[in-house]
Amino acid sequence: MIIFRVRQRPSWILCCIALIAWAPVLHAQASASNTQAQPQLIMPEDLVKVLKSAGTKPLILNIGPWLLFVQAHIPGAEFIGQGSDPQALQRLRDRVQKLPHNSYIVLYCGCCPWAHCPNVNPAYAELRRLGFTNVKVLYVADNLGTDWVYKGYPAVSGQ
Amino acid sequence: MTRTRTLLLALLLAAVAFVAIVHRRSPPRGAQGSLAPDFTLQTLDGAPLRLSDYHGKVVLLDFWATWCAPCREEIPRFVDWQRRYGAQGLQVIGVSMDDSAGPVQKFNREFGINYPVALGNQEVASRYGGILGLPVNIVIGRDGRIVSKHLGMANLSQLEQELAVQLSTAPAH
Repeated sequence: MIIFRVRQRPSWILCCIALIAWAPVLHAQASASNTQAQPQLIMPEDLVKVLKSAGTKPLILNIGPWLLFVQAHIPGAEFIGQGSDPQALQRLRDRVQKLPHNSYIVLYCGCCPWAHCPNVNPAYAELRRLGFTNVKVLYVADNLGTDWVYKGYPAVSGQ
Repeated sequence: MTRTRTLLLALLLAAVAFVAIVHRRSPPRGAQGSLAPDFTLQTLDGAPLRLSDYHGKVVLLDFWATWCAPCREEIPRFVDWQRRYGAQGLQVIGVSMDDSAGPVQKFNREFGINYPVALGNQEVASRYGGILGLPVNIVIGRDGRIVSKHLGMANLSQLEQELAVQLSTAPAH
């Protein structure tokens, strides 16, 4: 029994050394996942209330495809381009460059079902990386038609 | 005089009622039961793609985009259906809502698309009541009328059954 314990000891020691060696790697991975944090959401009905209120309006940025934007978009929204497109991310950086980091910004896409949207996370992550602290993403469950336009929420077409 | 006035009033009311009924019976553009709005677009090869050229066929009109994950799931099935049911009169038509042709051409090669694909535009989208999210699949019968419209990821088994029903109808003359 004693022999068994003694024989087991080196493997425990090796495990401990391995864990210590991996600690910085695990820490880095945790930090990386924090920068890709889940977006702060705003529900469509809540954004409608904000738009109709007399209070401060957010800067609304459309990070979806152009053809969908020109058909219908939220009044006052500015077109940036798809968040999955590096050129659009550059436009996003340019647009917010001079803004204070506590600016109220709402991002939205609505191209396809929320879980499949390729644009929301990259754009949100980029603003967070730049230090913006008051960014929300409009939660569009299915698409902009179903979750916004067909519900009669304010929408305009054109550029 | 009074009788004439009453007659005129009755005629006016009848005309209003007639217009109201006709208006109510004709569905909005791009709606189920209405004639599928015709359009002409250019395929990626530059050839004209006119919907009315496919009158008499059962058309599956697919509004899609390369960046749309559900679209990417559906398209291999559409390729398969075009291969299997093409001889029975099925014609799949893809209208891409991508902003440029480059990604669509690459996608077409990768997925072995065997049906015409054109780049869409705002005008065609609005003719179909607006394409405000993808995918949108529209089944058009041999008579050129819209049979169904599927917003979002379609139930592919149900869609295939719908197409089978349409394909079983006699070709229009």
